[in-house]
Amino acid sequence: MTTTIGLIFFLAAIGLCVIGIGGIVLSRNLFRMVLALAIAEAGANLLLVLAGYRWDAVAPILDPDQMPASMVDPVPQAMVLTAIVIGVGVQALALTLVIRVRQRYGTLDMHLARQRMAAEIDASAGIAPDRSQEQPRGERPLPAPAGGGHD
Amino acid sequence: MMRNVTTLLFLGGLGFMLLVITGTLDFGAPPMRIGTQIQQATPGDVGTANIVTAVVLGYRGLDTLGELSILFAAATAGGLVLGSAAARARPDGGFILRAGADLMFPLLLVAGLYIVMHGHLTPGGGFQGGVILAAAFFLPLLARPRTAPGHRWLMWIEGLSGATFIVIGLLALYRGEAFLTPLLDRGTLGELVSGGTLPLLYLAVGLKVGAELAGLLMRLAQDDEVAS
Amino acid sequence: MIWLALIVVTLTLGAALAVLLLDNLLAATAAASVVSLGVAVMFVLLHAPDVAMTEAVVGAGLSGLILALALRRLGLARLDVGTTGGRDDA
Repeated sequence: MTTTIGLIFFLAAIGLCVIGIGGIVLSRNLFRMVLALAIAEAGANLLLVLAGYRWDAVAPILDPDQMPASMVDPVPQAMVLTAIVIGVGVQALALTLVIRVRQRYGTLDMHLARQRMAAEIDASAGIAPDRSQEQPRGERPLPAPAGGGHD
Repeated sequence: MMRNVTTLLFLGGLGFMLLVITGTLDFGAPPMRIGTQIQQATPGDVGTANIVTAVVLGYRGLDTLGELSILFAAATAGGLVLGSAAARARPDGGFILRAGADLMFPLLLVAGLYIVMHGHLTPGGGFQGGVILAAAFFLPLLARPRTAPGHRWLMWIEGLSGATFIVIGLLALYRGEAFLTPLLDRGTLGELVSGGTLPLLYLAVGLKVGAELAGLLMRLAQDDEVAS
Repeated sequence: MIWLALIVVTLTLGAALAVLLLDNLLAATAAASVVSLGVAVMFVLLHAPDVAMTEAVVGAGLSGLILALALRRLGLARLDVGTTGGRDDA
């Protein structure tokens, strides 16, 4: 990272990773989380390809007439080829899950969906929903006062 | 509020850690021990002009098989999660969409097949060409949603090309070498018929990826049972 | 070369911030496609044509298409207003 152009590219890759991961953690909408996942994957792939760059080298394609002096490292490029395709597969599956959540709970907001999910689990377990802070949940009776009270 | 502050601190720490890690890398002078060996051995061993193809299909062919399985699992699971299709279909697209789809379908088909077949000579290959083929088969469905999708054809193409990939790999095992070793004659560097079984492998990969993604796109384009 | 890299990097990072800050989800999907396109141009500058073609086709093309189709199925593919217009998803 001793030259400016290296610094620019590395800052781009790190910036994309950080924006992507920040988007996943900070976003409330489930769809925006999938978009941020796509950005984070692009940043990570850029970081991998940057690790194989060589000064004054050409692309790793052989010309049948001549042999070039030096070529860029082909191994990270093969890995990134695989990673990009896997990334789109993961995004497609995440989107189908988002569609199902929206079908089931009617919302894409993470907190609302979690509340409705908890309410549904409580309802199926037979526990009455919380109405106030003091009232205990469900039909459990209050414990009897210990001893004879504070005598 | 506190959650946002801790998240920003975490992101700052993550950025700092990545900066330090990349700062120790020699940008522009990587220690390419395996890379140089592969570059020197490719014309003799594998015979393709595109070294990345040689790595993806020849030296790391098992990784490509794993990637195909991941794609298959994602597409199948996506189809399972989405459920069955609704009975009603959307109305046809406008004139521009229909005319554009009719015009672009043969062009996309030719471009996709070209990229798949020349994957071992120029940048390209099965995955890129397969995605273009999937788009080529999905575009008429966008323009005229009432035409029958033909899911069974897609399933058969996908299954057969995946099986072809594995069978070619098993043939190498039958010959006594490792699984997925490139067979057949190396040919001359730069010709269309070169690199042994690698173009056939890429053709199988391209057809499989294309059929899979076309099926997934068709499932996604259908409407829900409940009006959304 | 360095000015080209600077312009492309600024465009990509700006589009990545726009994905998180825009209200309209369709616009955010378009910004995600712009990010993939910027990364593909960076791959070309780094002498990786195979990876650049894959990123352009898959990231900008297929990923954007899948996201837009999912938006259409969710019923959120609207150009007029952000998603806070009367619905409870932020």
